[in-house]
Amino acid sequence: MGLERVFAGDDPAFVPYLAAGDPDYEASQAYVEALERGGADLIELGLPFSEPIAEGKTIQDAVVRSLKAGMTVERYFEFVEELDVDVPLVCMTYYNLVFQYGEEAGPRPFVQKAAEVGIEGFVVVDLPAEEAGPLRAACDEFGLDLVFIVAPTTEGDRLDSMKAQVSGYVYVQARLGVTGARDDVDDATEDSLARLSDWDVPKAVGFGIKTGDHAERIVSAGADGIIVGSALVDIVAEGHENDESVETVADRLEAKARELTEGAHRGAQNRPQPERT
Amino acid sequence: MSTDDAHDPKFGEYGGQYVPEALMPAIEELADAYERYVIENEDGFMDEFRDRLADFGGRPTPLQYAEQLSERYDTDVYLKREDLLHGGAHKLNNALGQVLLAKYMGKERIIAETGAGQHGTATAMAAAHLDMPCEIYMGETDIARQRPNVFRMRINGADVNPVTVGRGTLKEAISETMRDWATTVENTHYVIGSVVGPHPFPKMVRDFQSVISEEAREQAIEQTGGLPDSVIACAGGGSNTMGTFAEFVSDEEVALYAVEAGGSSLAVDEDRGVAPNSATLSTGDEGVLHGARTKLLQDSDGQIMESHSVSAGLDYAGVGPELAHLVDEGRVTPVNVDDDSALEAFHRLSQDEGIIPALETAHAFGYLERVAGPATDGRAAEPRDEHHDEVGDTVVVNVSGRGDKDLETVIEETSKRDLSIAPDMSVFDTGGMMSPGGAGGEH
Repeated sequence: MGLERVFAGDDPAFVPYLAAGDPDYEASQAYVEALERGGADLIELGLPFSEPIAEGKTIQDAVVRSLKAGMTVERYFEFVEELDVDVPLVCMTYYNLVFQYGEEAGPRPFVQKAAEVGIEGFVVVDLPAEEAGPLRAACDEFGLDLVFIVAPTTEGDRLDSMKAQVSGYVYVQARLGVTGARDDVDDATEDSLARLSDWDVPKAVGFGIKTGDHAERIVSAGADGIIVGSALVDIVAEGHENDESVETVADRLEAKARELTEGAHRGAQNRPQPERT
Repeated sequence: MSTDDAHDPKFGEYGGQYVPEALMPAIEELADAYERYVIENEDGFMDEFRDRLADFGGRPTPLQYAEQLSERYDTDVYLKREDLLHGGAHKLNNALGQVLLAKYMGKERIIAETGAGQHGTATAMAAAHLDMPCEIYMGETDIARQRPNVFRMRINGADVNPVTVGRGTLKEAISETMRDWATTVENTHYVIGSVVGPHPFPKMVRDFQSVISEEAREQAIEQTGGLPDSVIACAGGGSNTMGTFAEFVSDEEVALYAVEAGGSSLAVDEDRGVAPNSATLSTGDEGVLHGARTKLLQDSDGQIMESHSVSAGLDYAGVGPELAHLVDEGRVTPVNVDDDSALEAFHRLSQDEGIIPALETAHAFGYLERVAGPATDGRAAEPRDEHHDEVGDTVVVNVSGRGDKDLETVIEETSKRDLSIAPDMSVFDTGGMMSPGGAGGEH
């Protein structure tokens, strides 16, 4: 499938996340585009759900801002169509929105529409492999990837079940808990990567990555890519609270993206056993 | 109940396990523990649970013949008195079961969410009884309207964490508790307060609560010589509903009525994302929330609506998946009662039977009044309502909890309305009467 190409070169992939429409539609478009300028290889674009149970305060607040500013599922699809970026986009959301869309029950209409507007894959936060059959089938039908999150607690049969269904890349959750930037990176990452060493999809690590140094450590531990959300959403939130111009915030996002990209590249240089597919 | 039933995460299409990956191992561990301890009674778990329910909880609760109501409705009305359970609500059955199970599982910490505060109170009591540290998440709106229960949780040694996101009610509190659990899952058990959430919670909570219908069924046969014609229970998330219905589900001749909160209206303001009711079974659509596929109050996008009820305990946009299934199967009839009728029923039960019910419970009595009440407010039996025959000649109503916690709300809400049945509310100095120093009214 398609998204593996992002991780195919020598450089690790930088995968940023922003909630679409945060703090409003126009600014959010500019922010997503700034991430590409800063080196994004793939962007996880959040479709806000009213009950984001896996998110910490930073992304919860982003979701609230976006929904208050009028984000809907249809507006999200328009948002994707109107974005001026060349990198692949992955829709990150919760299952109820996928399940509800369209006249027909189940995920197929949502996947079809996503494919039409150019989405290439999904991360559905509250959809474990056991319940993912219908979405996996729809993704197969329309040629989209389905990414699963592997947590530090995921073991045994559950790993096998995810391995059988995952495509594009696997999202390695670096530590327990909800999303949110941290001042340090958890050592559990290396253990998590080791458990997935025989998986033939790229491994992107997320949860808590905030700085270029974190990115370097994660990649040198063997990650094929890094996923960064809250540290970027913090910049959007700060700009919004301080009433800064869209350009100023976009510049800061671009600079942060560059810092993270460069950190990841440094990490690749001292990576003992780079994982490549 | 069979092991097969315990093992199956679904009720038809409903139920399942829709949670972030980090929680899946904990849910699997819990499903295993549920099967071993609750279903198989390993290590005598259920024996200890029953003993503690009797000694600490005060079970069995009576099935009381309600003389005044029976006369009013020209129907034998029996009250299952869960308000007499320790803590004043049915919630203790489940809280005690889950905290005890957490101990058997070797967990070191208890977390829970609460809406009306009854579940939080029951969990705090059970945790204190079983010597487990306990934290409760509660929306700030609910904290404001259910202060006596906040005090009770604190007094029982639990920490109460206010949830400020959204409208600050049960929906937000559940989300916040799931976030805590995702972080602390290795040593913490989340005591879900209703028959909602991912498998095994809906089945496990039902099983802990089914002691209500187990007793009610036996008591009804003993006291009346047969089964009741109908069983009525209020429904928010649905724990007292499923507990009251569980042992009657296979008695096809017994009608089961789940009374939801009709709030101020059944109409929905889709632009504002607000449903001015909590009538999920009556008006909701299928969707996925808080770990399960069930019926939900949601907009056409699938965003969850803010719900409303004068009763904090019913104020939730979801409902237990088993109830959703039983409604689809036609086994349970969903009905709803609005805020006004619930308040009226609150006063009626208080005056006629000397029982101050929880506002949740008052909804069940509001339904009885609607279908079987006299056409006028007089005492004389008027011609029966056309629905009267549906509830039949013998009715069991579950008094799910006592209303002390709701007094402030009742005084405030009654003052806003012209309820002929209510006493003059202007005599109440709510600030003085219900201030922290005066909250001894709980006891």
